[in-house]
Amino acid sequence: MRRGNIIKLVALVLLVATAVALSIKPLVDPVKGIPLGLDLRGGVHLVLQAEPNKNGVPITNADMDKAKAIIAKRVNDLGVSEPIVQADYNNKRIIVDLAGVTDPDKAVDILKTTAKLTFRDAQGNVLLQGDELTDAKGGQDPTNAGGFVVNLTFSTDGAKKFADLTTKYLGQQIDIYLDEKLLTNPKVDTPVLNGQAYINGYATLEAAANHAVLMRSGSLPVSMSIAEKRQVGASLGIDSLNKSIHAGIYSLIFIFLFMLVFYRLPGVVADFSLIVYALIVLWAFWGFRVVLTLPGIAGFILSIGMAVDFNIIIYERVKEEIRAGKSIRAGVESGFSRAFITVIDAHVTTLIAAITLYILGSGSVKGFALTLGIGIIVSLFTAITFTRQVLRWTVGINPKMKTFWFGVRGDE
Amino acid sequence: MTKTGHSATYEEVQKLHPLYFNIVRKRYWWFAISLLIIIPGIISLFMQGLNLGIDYKGGTMLDVAFNKAVSQSAISDTMKSVGLEGHVQLSNSDTTALIRTEALEEEKRSELLTALETQVGEYDKASLKEDKVGPAMGQELTRNAIYALIIAMGMMIIYITIRFQFVFAISAILALLHDVLVVVGIFSLFQWEIDATFVAAILTIVGYSINDTVIIFDRIRENEPKMRRGDSYEDMVDKSIWQTMRRSINTVVTVLISLFAVFILGGESTRMFSLAMLIGVFCGAYSSIFIASQILVEIKTHLKVNI
Repeated sequence: MRRGNIIKLVALVLLVATAVALSIKPLVDPVKGIPLGLDLRGGVHLVLQAEPNKNGVPITNADMDKAKAIIAKRVNDLGVSEPIVQADYNNKRIIVDLAGVTDPDKAVDILKTTAKLTFRDAQGNVLLQGDELTDAKGGQDPTNAGGFVVNLTFSTDGAKKFADLTTKYLGQQIDIYLDEKLLTNPKVDTPVLNGQAYINGYATLEAAANHAVLMRSGSLPVSMSIAEKRQVGASLGIDSLNKSIHAGIYSLIFIFLFMLVFYRLPGVVADFSLIVYALIVLWAFWGFRVVLTLPGIAGFILSIGMAVDFNIIIYERVKEEIRAGKSIRAGVESGFSRAFITVIDAHVTTLIAAITLYILGSGSVKGFALTLGIGIIVSLFTAITFTRQVLRWTVGINPKMKTFWFGVRGDE
Repeated sequence: MTKTGHSATYEEVQKLHPLYFNIVRKRYWWFAISLLIIIPGIISLFMQGLNLGIDYKGGTMLDVAFNKAVSQSAISDTMKSVGLEGHVQLSNSDTTALIRTEALEEEKRSELLTALETQVGEYDKASLKEDKVGPAMGQELTRNAIYALIIAMGMMIIYITIRFQFVFAISAILALLHDVLVVVGIFSLFQWEIDATFVAAILTIVGYSINDTVIIFDRIRENEPKMRRGDSYEDMVDKSIWQTMRRSINTVVTVLISLFAVFILGGESTRMFSLAMLIGVFCGAYSSIFIASQILVEIKTHLKVNI
């Protein structure tokens, strides 16, 4: 009996138990924890395709950058947490992920609008464009008519143009359009010289505020159509998350039992290693900000199954070495080094598949490949460092322990 | 316990497994069984193809949870009233409707949802799931997936050739194609719907199956140089397969446990994904033992040379 090894093992068990207990809170924290994909918390995924305009002018990367900046500004004004806005220059697309957005319909509406604000005369000639705006804000109707308005502030240049315009069209009506939609057509009573104006006629403050967002962020340089849209209701997302967690817990329990029954003492070590494995993987997700999606969770659960494989290969090898006449201790050492070659080859080939998927895949496929890839690397790491050491210590407790504890029948 | 001090002989390996039978000598049976599954699948692929979901064909799919039970005709009629046609599938004791139709513009989509609310019944907005995929997007997905698969296979051939031999790489890749064909064939035969995650499932199956095959090949690689004059390649492979049999079975059981949990408890959205994986992983484990190693034996015995 080696008392030292027992103390080391007990200390390790306590250490891991503490690590698990301390990890739960930061990992599941809704803000700083592992980010959940929109299929698990609800939200919208949009792929906006830039449409070439009628004149056949090609869409430049600068246009895409501008469109991306404007969409990002609108997203921020919507108050979405951790939005993702990416430009795909090759395909002329903007990809937007809004997880946890409360009103997805409104968000979609605001994002795809070109939002070109124009002031036109009765014949439809454009007199002034929204580019000259410096600010737009929703607010109460100052005339106490009870409605809501969008307050406009023009740049110095714009203020001058607006002053000229309102002087020229004094007593006439001006049409204010957002894209091709007539918002209002006020009659100019007095020339506006200070660059302040407002558009009235909004029934709610929210409607006014939404238009203010569009006007403030400026118009998109290209018109956008929705090439792909995936929308998941919030409660459906939570439901999927709960189901996946259930599936994960049950598969862990069954794998634990299976390993205990078939491998006895090393089975306990394997189960213990699995906990450490799962903990490291989850922290890796946290560290790399891997967005956890449904296929991602499935990939993680699958990787647990594959992490067990490492232990199985090693234990089967150790059993063979013991049967071949080696002591348990020597069996563990040679079993480990031989199994290591096997496992490296097997894992590298799988890793090649995961990396290819990550590079060439898109969306959910990419997420799945990332979780699988992290799983493979962590599984190698855990087995080499943790499982090996724990098994050494366990064997070290009593080098003459019965081979029965390694699942080798005594009569063999 | 026999303190022999040498690695197990073929006879010892045979004795260790109560259910031992010679796998390699029966290899034409395994080829026949696999062909029996693959050929109908290939015929079905040519005759009826795959049941592609909107991820590939493009379209809109709405998953609507109504507050009370609804009827299929009510929904179809509502769709007609706004000028749409499509497929409606009810579940959850007729409260949840899965509606598939052409790719809808935002205005049309809102019109349909409003019409459903007024003509069919109130629905839970927080449980609404919507997928819209433009037709061009779907083609891209398929193309990317096929590229990914070809490139992944090419890389794996290179790796296995470096670490083993070219013959091993070819046998492993043929076994992989076998697994992919079985899964795709079964999905075609039963006309199960295929969505974007099917691609991920196929690629994982590829990853798992190659992993499984490499473990057995590793043992063959280890046993091959120990062959004595007069030993047959067939017996050496048979011995290698049986030496790794426990591991092969135990590993596939643990992975299947995980997948069963996802299949049963994971909910509707991951059901088809986990089903594809269940079939694929089982098939991958089967092909590693009964196909990949047998193809290797077949090539080796015909060539009688090491490439």
